Amino acid sequence: MRRLIPDTLVLAERNLLRLPRQPDLLIGFTIQPIMFVLLFAYVFGGAISTPGFDDYKQFLLPGIICQNVAFGGFVTALGLAEDMGKGLIDRFRSLPAARASVLAGRAVADVVTNLLGLVIVLGTGLVIGFRFDAPAGEILAGFALLLLFGFASSWIFAVIGLSVSTPEAANGIGFTLIFPITFISSAFVPVESMPAGLEEFAEANPVTTLVDALRALWLGAPAGNDVWLAFVWCVVLIAIFAPIAVAKYRRAASR
Amino acid sequence: MNGAGGGPAIEAEGLVKAFGEVRALDGLDLHADAGTVLGVLGPNGAGKTTAVRVLTTLLRPDRGRARVAGLDVVADAAALRERIGLAGQYAAVDENLTGIENLVMVGRLYGMRRKAARARADELLERFGLADAGRRIVKTYSGGMRRRLDLAAALVARPPVLFLDEPTTGLDPRSRLDLWEAIEDLVADGTTVLLTTQYLDEADRLAHRIAVVDHGRVIAEGTADELKSRVGGERLEVEVADATCAAAAAEALAPMAADEPVTEGAHVRMAVRGRDGAIVEAVRRLDAAGLDVRDLVVRRPTLDDVFLALTGHAAEPQGGDRDDAEREEVAA
Repeated sequence: MRRLIPDTLVLAERNLLRLPRQPDLLIGFTIQPIMFVLLFAYVFGGAISTPGFDDYKQFLLPGIICQNVAFGGFVTALGLAEDMGKGLIDRFRSLPAARASVLAGRAVADVVTNLLGLVIVLGTGLVIGFRFDAPAGEILAGFALLLLFGFASSWIFAVIGLSVSTPEAANGIGFTLIFPITFISSAFVPVESMPAGLEEFAEANPVTTLVDALRALWLGAPAGNDVWLAFVWCVVLIAIFAPIAVAKYRRAASR
Repeated sequence: MNGAGGGPAIEAEGLVKAFGEVRALDGLDLHADAGTVLGVLGPNGAGKTTAVRVLTTLLRPDRGRARVAGLDVVADAAALRERIGLAGQYAAVDENLTGIENLVMVGRLYGMRRKAARARADELLERFGLADAGRRIVKTYSGGMRRRLDLAAALVARPPVLFLDEPTTGLDPRSRLDLWEAIEDLVADGTTVLLTTQYLDEADRLAHRIAVVDHGRVIAEGTADELKSRVGGERLEVEVADATCAAAAAEALAPMAADEPVTEGAHVRMAVRGRDGAIVEAVRRLDAAGLDVRDLVVRRPTLDDVFLALTGHAAEPQGGDRDDAEREEVAA
């Protein structure tokens, strides 16, 4: 256990070193989010009415940033599936490194890539006219919430990556799960505009809680319990998925 | 340097490991003295890789016990990982890192400081002829270079016991030879090596002792010469002109065989008692039976013969496996 932190950092460094050498991945979380921001802001923006917000861009930015962070764990799923397939997991496990460091190293590296993605999406938002409307402390709390959510997302994706045999399958499952979950939420449209059934799902969706919390922290939108509930959700997701990921890692690696 | 102090470096007794219905290990016993090479020889699915995974603490055995470098593979697993190196058939290096980055990462996961890990990485790259390629991303390496880097990664912490799981599968002959020489150097320095292989010539060249494994257990154990002498004397191989006559040829030759003649296509193979006069006698018998012979040879037995005699099937990898190895090489 004493070695968990140094070993995690070594493996996080490894994951980050790899990143610039995988241009396809890099495009995935640099160019793609910019494209999404622009498409939503200018293609759908005019057609979606968002009562309580000056402008659709104000409404959109917190939502699209949450979606982006929800996808942040993708690199973990792809990387783990690849490591399993290529036998690197065996190498790591044959070394005297801390057991959990392979997964933790992924999650920590994701925090860094999420931060990078955040800067890119937020930068795009600022360019097209998004403006914060809250005290600095709350804006920072919003960033903290996003990084915590990203960390939770990494563990969910770790479970996906360890459940499949190829990076391609991880890709497929990840997209089919995360797309509906992030879209059927308050991320892009007010949930009241959805048909019954979907609206209930969206209300209960933790992504909605998270997005509403972020709108409260960054724009001063009315929040209710959303802010503290969002933090609780993140912790609950980590508490559920981290042990599953570790158990799956143990089992998958000893095949 | 040598952890086992002249005693056994690897000792396994009655290892059993089942995956569902399949018993990958079914009472496997292995023994290697410190400073020697133990060759574990067997076809695909014989349990070689499972044995390596148990001995390197990656897998807990269902039953049985094993000690490596004096440490129990289950009870002392954490301490044992400091004393072993593992290199596998899949060249488990990160292809998106450079050679140096790979070795430094492994060194630091062994608990070395960055500077020490870097120095060790440079030393190993030099030793394996990768000094010039060290700053290149592994993706650009050839199959042989990757395998050497994989071996280097296994040696970062100077482990007294080294496990090599089919280290040359899928390599071209030149690269195999390079790797063999590297392994021989290590053994000269006192490292104990357990080497699994499907290649009999590899075991013949590198291993002091050979354990022949099939269906998860050792079916024969000894030096290459001991194993060969177990097959009996010289081997006679006949190729008849017409494959449909192979059975007739086997029948004609049966009286001079030391074991049951084996026919395969137009070929007939068998052990004969004593070399003297075997060729003349064989030609005379085949001639008397009115059979045309394309080729006829008497030779010393190889490990192939040992394997065939012990298991009833050949040891060389099936066509499909070789294709896999090659496909991997191309894809990689």
